[in-house]
Amino acid sequence: MSNHSTGAVAAPAGRNYLNHPKGIMTWLITLDHKRIGVMYLFTVLLFFAVGGFFALGIRLELMKLGREILDANTYNRFFTYHGAIMVFLVIIPAIPAAMGNFVLPILLGAKDVAFPRLNLASYYIFIIGATFAVLSLFLRGADGGWTFYTPYSIRTNTTVILVLFGAFIAGFSSILTGLNFIVTIHKLRAPGLTWARLPLFCWAIYATSIIQVLATPVLAITLLLLCMERILHIGIFDPALGGDPVLFQHFFWFYSHPAVYIMILPAMGIISEVIPVFSRKPIFGYKAIAYSSFGIALIAFIVWGHHMFVSGQSELANFVFSLLTMFVAVPTGVKVFSWVATMYKGSIHYYAPMLYALGFLELFTIGGLTGVFLATLAIDVHLTNTYFVVAHFHYVMVGGTIMGMMAGLHYWFPKITGKMYSEKAATIAFWLILIGFNLTFFPQFILGAQGMPRRYWSYLPEFTDLNRLSSVGSWFIALGFLYVAYYVWDAMKHGKNAVANPWGGLTLEWQTSSPPPTENFLETPVVTAWPYEYLPENITMPVNQG
Amino acid sequence: MFSIFNAAHAASTVPMAATDIAVQWDSLYSFIVWLSIFFFVLVVGGMVYFMFKYRHRPGQKTVYFRDSHLLEGIWIGVPTALLMIIFVWGYSVYHSMKQAPSDSYEIHVIGKQWLWTFQYENGRTTVGEVFVPINKPVKLIMTSDDVLHGFFIPNFRIKQDVVPGMYTSIWFMATVPGKHQVFCTEYCGTSHSGMLAQVVVLDDDQWEAWNNNKKLGNIPKAGVEISAADHVADLINDEYSVQPKTSQTSMFSPDSRGSRASSDSEQFKDGILISAASPMKSQFSLVEQGRVVHESKGCVACHTVDGTVKVGPSHKGMFGSRIELTNGKFALADENFIKNHIENPKSETVKGYAQVMPTFKGLISETEMNALIAYMKSLK
Repeated sequence: MSNHSTGAVAAPAGRNYLNHPKGIMTWLITLDHKRIGVMYLFTVLLFFAVGGFFALGIRLELMKLGREILDANTYNRFFTYHGAIMVFLVIIPAIPAAMGNFVLPILLGAKDVAFPRLNLASYYIFIIGATFAVLSLFLRGADGGWTFYTPYSIRTNTTVILVLFGAFIAGFSSILTGLNFIVTIHKLRAPGLTWARLPLFCWAIYATSIIQVLATPVLAITLLLLCMERILHIGIFDPALGGDPVLFQHFFWFYSHPAVYIMILPAMGIISEVIPVFSRKPIFGYKAIAYSSFGIALIAFIVWGHHMFVSGQSELANFVFSLLTMFVAVPTGVKVFSWVATMYKGSIHYYAPMLYALGFLELFTIGGLTGVFLATLAIDVHLTNTYFVVAHFHYVMVGGTIMGMMAGLHYWFPKITGKMYSEKAATIAFWLILIGFNLTFFPQFILGAQGMPRRYWSYLPEFTDLNRLSSVGSWFIALGFLYVAYYVWDAMKHGKNAVANPWGGLTLEWQTSSPPPTENFLETPVVTAWPYEYLPENITMPVNQG
Repeated sequence: MFSIFNAAHAASTVPMAATDIAVQWDSLYSFIVWLSIFFFVLVVGGMVYFMFKYRHRPGQKTVYFRDSHLLEGIWIGVPTALLMIIFVWGYSVYHSMKQAPSDSYEIHVIGKQWLWTFQYENGRTTVGEVFVPINKPVKLIMTSDDVLHGFFIPNFRIKQDVVPGMYTSIWFMATVPGKHQVFCTEYCGTSHSGMLAQVVVLDDDQWEAWNNNKKLGNIPKAGVEISAADHVADLINDEYSVQPKTSQTSMFSPDSRGSRASSDSEQFKDGILISAASPMKSQFSLVEQGRVVHESKGCVACHTVDGTVKVGPSHKGMFGSRIELTNGKFALADENFIKNHIENPKSETVKGYAQVMPTFKGLISETEMNALIAYMKSLK
């Protein structure tokens, strides 16, 4: 069945990367990409819980107009931390740094990333950045939203500077990880793993890494300028000092728009892996999917102005940015159509990874289509800065990235932990999250179209019903994720041992033991075929045979 | 328990359309909504169909195929064509949103944490409510006294950021009388969600009455029928300086720890210019107020208003003209040009004149600046 010739499947005497060497210190100074990936994963999930806590606070406050549980200033801090933590400490590192670190070298048949020490350094740089951001929580907090628009962010008396500095530092981690991955993909592919045989997850990570390396420095310098303006009162963005507040928006979105694709492309990579495996079919349009990642990455750099249609930017600039933005929809559409076409005449197995991939398709389609509304100039003028935008980017970021992350988490769970999770529990949690998500965010499209602005602590009476519906939905999401935390913990304690290849996948990570040995493969694998070569008879999975 | 479906507003996804542009907006919006529904059904419907049709069964065989250039061509070509239609349509409606007719009635708007102040040609100032005539184009020339704000009128489908240090503008021609909600849409601190206002669209009689400082009856929310009782009761006072009053009082109780950015308070000036926080009517028009500013701030020392040249260029006919600068570039003398020249005179100098003008930054308030600009516009 396998298209790869690998030396040995099992490591001697149950030795694997998790249990050898032992001791907490061996983890903290490890150079093993798998352990670093796992440490990232823990960190990211911890911050996901913190960001989720703030989200629940926001929704609780919005249960009724006026004060429910938070005063306005506390509420403003809540949505700022929710956004900043979720973007900078969860969604950006979640798939590339956490899962990419674990899976990418194995997918390539490599022993590790190209620069293991740099990889560990990236992790600690990330931790230092996160520490600064979290430190501000215990001082005067931060408000202004995760976008930190000037001149508010210069004048607010909150400790916003710590969050900015934290994001500045974490940015270096992102740059170094991107650099590491690019070199790894170029230099450490196994014999026979040609570019045309490269798994789509690797293509997606490659495109992502390019954006990380090229765009993040712009954010770094922008945040640094903002810090300097706050401390030294140099007039760059504050008109009171002779600066231009709109300039900040240009700088900010020059990074933060490409960053949107740092968040979504890796998730798309996971979906491209999961759908063929669980449909037992070759991926449809391999080249188109691979190229479209680069198409998206390229366009990502020239559409930042679509965040600024009402900022005071010129009509000509708006014309150009709206036109260019339309073209993002084309490669994105190519991917979505290709995934659905992959399912056609397949033999589809419904396990948690596939459920999340299908959930991704549903939510991302809505997220993508509502993006067309916002790309359209006149339509955006009414919808921008309302809940329509909030709903849109949650459909893309949560419905896309987080669903993709959950798909990957379940897909690679046997490989990472060597255990099987409970499929029944995972199915229940999936439905809780999917239903809860739609309940939370779909009403926000209507709220936004009706005119409710975002970042509002209170609202007009006519917005009450939909806000309550949205708040109730958030409890379903919370319940779903709490349940995930429980069964993941339970699986690690009591789960049955995973076989090397429970899903019958053809990519290289399934050709080594679960969990893999420290060196990934006991002998260097040799790749002899395309990784999506599922033949018509190959419709079963090991997992449903035992 | 709350009701989701009984409220009429939940059924319609967009607010009332109270301008012609809002009606055009609604057509385009509906078009994209239906197109989205079509593609959603195509993709997710197709997916669900495949989920059932091709679910795993023992003994099944899959069909091996890897791509189809025809299919890929279709799903690149068709969406691209549709997107171009949407783009052109969207731009054309947007273009009408941006092109204010030259005969628009101009109102100056100042955003300040957390209230909106409006200055009119007749010299009046209101806070929290802006009074406009029905079926006449109105242009709002806006700036901020502190941080970014956003001026959003859902019923008109228009929105514009209000930026400190520069002027931005929107225009509309309201077709529905009554009050229309205004929201602030850029985060501006503690009471961001309380920074509301109303556009009060007056019919011809009411507009004339308002311009003559006469009393107006109670003006209802747009689209709401007025009962006879409402007509009799509740005449608003002569000042029209209603603080944004509302039933949801909780929105207007900012925390005492409010993080308001500091800004200079407005000065009283010869009883004409007034604090934004305590608006009043004035017997002097905005142009006359501007003339006082022009004299009292010393502009007249260097700039004449009759076309003769002193130290600096004359202000007669300057507004709206193309001006050559010492760096060889040309600039349009619009609101932003004038404001910038007064606050940062060193940034650009008119050709043929020495760079000797001092900065007036911090010496002229936003309300005075608006009056000055209105005055310069009048010097034709």
